[in-house]
Amino acid sequence: MTLPIKETRHPDKVLAVASSGGHWVQLRRVVPAFADSEVVYVTVLKSYRSEVPENRFYQVNDATRWNKLGLIMLATRLAWIICKERPAVVISTGAAPGFFALMLGRWFGARTIWIDSIANVEEVSLSGSRAGRYADLWLTQWPHLARSEGPHYAGSVL
Amino acid sequence: MIFATVGSQEPFDRLIRAVDEWAAARARTDVLAQIGGGAFRPKYVQFTDFMDPSEFNQVLRTASIVVAHAGMGSIISALELGKPIVVMPRLAEFRETRNDHQVATAERFGAQGRIIVANDEQDLPQKLDLALTLGETARIDTQASPRLIATLRAFLKGGPCQLDPEASADESRADGTKLVSYRRSVTEPQSFGVESLTAPGDRK
Repeated sequence: MTLPIKETRHPDKVLAVASSGGHWVQLRRVVPAFADSEVVYVTVLKSYRSEVPENRFYQVNDATRWNKLGLIMLATRLAWIICKERPAVVISTGAAPGFFALMLGRWFGARTIWIDSIANVEEVSLSGSRAGRYADLWLTQWPHLARSEGPHYAGSVL
Repeated sequence: MIFATVGSQEPFDRLIRAVDEWAAARARTDVLAQIGGGAFRPKYVQFTDFMDPSEFNQVLRTASIVVAHAGMGSIISALELGKPIVVMPRLAEFRETRNDHQVATAERFGAQGRIIVANDEQDLPQKLDLALTLGETARIDTQASPRLIATLRAFLKGGPCQLDPEASADESRADGTKLVSYRRSVTEPQSFGVESLTAPGDRK
């Protein structure tokens, strides 16, 4: 499903989404790929704003699959952010905020990238496996987890 | 200075207690622990619950070794600064995480020789003693592997992304980049140790 608002997207805007800790650290390591674009960050800790002072920045709540109200709040806020920013590309390294950002981003006509965390050595994360259907580029960081139908392997954050 | 960290999300009392006991036994007064609001409050080492990123990075820079849970944030941050890091994986059986993914992470990265793994609190003291004999190592690059960066750039431009260099040339299309099929996997672990920052086909 794609809402009919594609023409208003900002062609050089990338929405970069991650929860805290390792997901954020990994996101920061892939953002140099978007040096020529405007990168807008979405994460769960306000204190990360100081690491990206030049960029637009949004805080969202984190939520797990057991916290339904939290998930609804998270999805609502992300829908508002995506509506407002109209990014051309949405990228995430995990977890719940990234899943919803890819799903909603796709609905709003963005192209989407999921990079599953390098911490997921034995299997792709739950959010990563669910994000696959909404990802135009669906990546794992471990060759042995790559599958012909995705996720694919194309290097790692290290 | 020795910096112990449980990461940004949850406490890890088993680690902090073990570090506190080790510091007391070795009479180390230069240990700082970030304990994430844990119920166990260290008796011997200095501690704080959480740190801002700027404070965290500053402490990390001055640390001689790092001891942490097996979280990627802690591991990558230490590697970026070339600090020896001892990790102890969180275990689901103690409700420290929802599953044992940190055990797999620690095993995989430990086998590559880039981190020191302490399996449990009994194993931790000797691994900390070992880490103290090591100096700083080469810092890793601050950005993702060239191959991943190139893939993302190609995607951004709307061009084809080469997703598997292992696939043979005759599987590729006439433009030589867009592959029509992907090999399921390669068996060797990805490598990013000091000597071998290159994974096959990954770096120049």
